Amino acid sequence: MRGNHVIGEAAIRAGCHFYAGYPITPQNELTEYMAARLSEVKDGVFIQAESELAAINMVMGASMAGTRAMTSSSGPGISLKQESISFLSAMELPAVIVNISRGGPGLGNIAPSQSDYFQATRGGGHGDYRNIVLAPNSVQELADLTMRAFDLADKYRTPVLILGDGMLGQMMEPVEFLDPKKPGKPVSKEWTLTGANGRPSRIIRSLLLDPTVEEEHNWKLVRKYERIIHKETLVEDFLLGDSTMAVIAFGTAARITKGAILRAREQNIKVGMIRPITLWPFPSKAIQEISKIIKHFLVFELNTGQMIDDVRLSLEGRGEVHFYGRPGGIIPTPLEVSRVIASQYYQKRLG
Amino acid sequence: MKKVFSRPKSLKNNPFHYCPGCGHSILHRIIGEVIDEMGLQEIAIGVPPAGCAVLAYNYFDIDMGEAPHGRGAAVATGLKRALPNRLVFTYQGDGDIAAIGTAETIHAANRGENITAIFVNNAVYGMTGGQMAPTTLPGQKTTTSPGGRTEVAHGHPMNLSEMLALASGSVYIVRTAVSSTSNILKTKKAVAKAFQVQLSGMGFSLVEVLSPCGTNWKMIPTEACHWIEESMVKCYPLGVIKDITGGRKSAD
Ligand SMILES: Cc1ncc(C[n+]2csc(CCOP(=O)(O)OP(=O)(O)O)c2C)c(N)n1
Repeated sequence: MRGNHVIGEAAIRAGCHFYAGYPITPQNELTEYMAARLSEVKDGVFIQAESELAAINMVMGASMAGTRAMTSSSGPGISLKQESISFLSAMELPAVIVNISRGGPGLGNIAPSQSDYFQATRGGGHGDYRNIVLAPNSVQELADLTMRAFDLADKYRTPVLILGDGMLGQMMEPVEFLDPKKPGKPVSKEWTLTGANGRPSRIIRSLLLDPTVEEEHNWKLVRKYERIIHKETLVEDFLLGDSTMAVIAFGTAARITKGAILRAREQNIKVGMIRPITLWPFPSKAIQEISKIIKHFLVFELNTGQMIDDVRLSLEGRGEVHFYGRPGGIIPTPLEVSRVIASQYYQKRLG
Repeated sequence: MKKVFSRPKSLKNNPFHYCPGCGHSILHRIIGEVIDEMGLQEIAIGVPPAGCAVLAYNYFDIDMGEAPHGRGAAVATGLKRALPNRLVFTYQGDGDIAAIGTAETIHAANRGENITAIFVNNAVYGMTGGQMAPTTLPGQKTTTSPGGRTEVAHGHPMNLSEMLALASGSVYIVRTAVSSTSNILKTKKAVAKAFQVQLSGMGFSLVEVLSPCGTNWKMIPTEACHWIEESMVKCYPLGVIKDITGGRKSAD
């Protein structure tokens, strides 16, 4: 199945009943899939909104009503959604937001790029908040992480971003849909707006005029974010056991890196990979642990260097960090990346 | 002693923070009365705006969910589509609905979303301190049109309700005022009818209410009510703008 369709199918299987979106390449197949599939789901709602602004605010309304809701877009449209992502965070409303990103800034192009890392992980909108950001690197992971996104959004009452790119959205791979996790404890939805029938009326708001109340709300969110950091950080290690050098890459770049590492290993280069699966929370602890053994890191991104900031912050100087980036929608081959690995490896006399 | 006047059940026992003579308090009360009389407290969900009425949820004793500035129609669309058998209404100022939120409003009306918008037209941005609004009258002085609004420099006053009447999905659009007892009673009837339109599943309804803002107009309350009836109504004539509840009728 095609990546964009897989996200849609996984969302439906995770119980998503509401989708609003606006056309933008390279994610259109997802919008189209939701249009078709939600019409088959009882009480399913699909709206082609007049803008990304409208789409995310429709999702906000559906989320207030307690419905599992999703929107998707690509860079320029995600920029428009940022104000409301800030509101969703403030009002503690679950929502799933998919960014099948493209080359930027501006209109850029529609080729795969990882140029929205900062926007995704630094909030992008205004105010003191964090988003969970999931970075799949295969069609199978698109399915698994989309389902997980809905669970996380409900569990923590927070927006969850899925950061893919045009490559993941367009590629076709076999996929197996897990049964949506057997519901453990049903998530409490005692905050939803359904009409004050047999209970006191409820308010969902973000305006907190009293600074002491806003401060307490900010700390409350921080405590929630700390729980998320503690429990939900995901990272993959690849062939680190005997390595003297580690590449750090996510998403499509990580996939290319795997191929590059297998090539490099054919030449006896002892290199492995750390792949952050959650970009926020970032796997800082895992990187710190590995830095006790491995001291040389190569960060590879399809941008001009964004995640590298998080790698440096995680290492706090305990390791040497180099960068290789291809922005603008260029997808280097594993061969190209293996050459970069080899040149670093030999320059540093690691082998 | 027989009690002949009391607070509507669907208003909380909180004193309004609005300025003396402000139309929001009157309109809150009217909406509260309509919700009570139509028995809607348990199914009503309100969407307050960014604007003076952002704190409306402190007064209405119904479920309420805040929208970002101007996005009321989109948030209400999400709520109503998810919960089709509830009554969902937005409460928006002229800056909220006729400037930053124009696109959301026009498209919600055109899709025929089954929601009700209460549009409070006070011809200024009240909450942010009296700046020019799309609805500011020609010649009217505001903090951002200190010499008075001119068409050349600032554009024309915007008749959003008339524009919305052109949308095929809008069903009932009416303009009223809270400037006198009789206008207040007409406003109440209009709100009740708009809610009825929604409950019957007919489509988009909107009540525009010309509302005094003595503080930013720099007028005492009686002067402000006069100004509505002398000046505002010339630009924004009161009455039904569109009503196709009885079948198709032109938007005259
Ligand atoms: C995106 C954004 N821009 C600006 C503001 C600031 N702001 C708050 S209320 C408001 C306008 C209020 O005017 P109006 O909608 O006419 O309502 P009123 O206060 O007069 O009732 C503005 C500009 C905001 N909250 N969000």
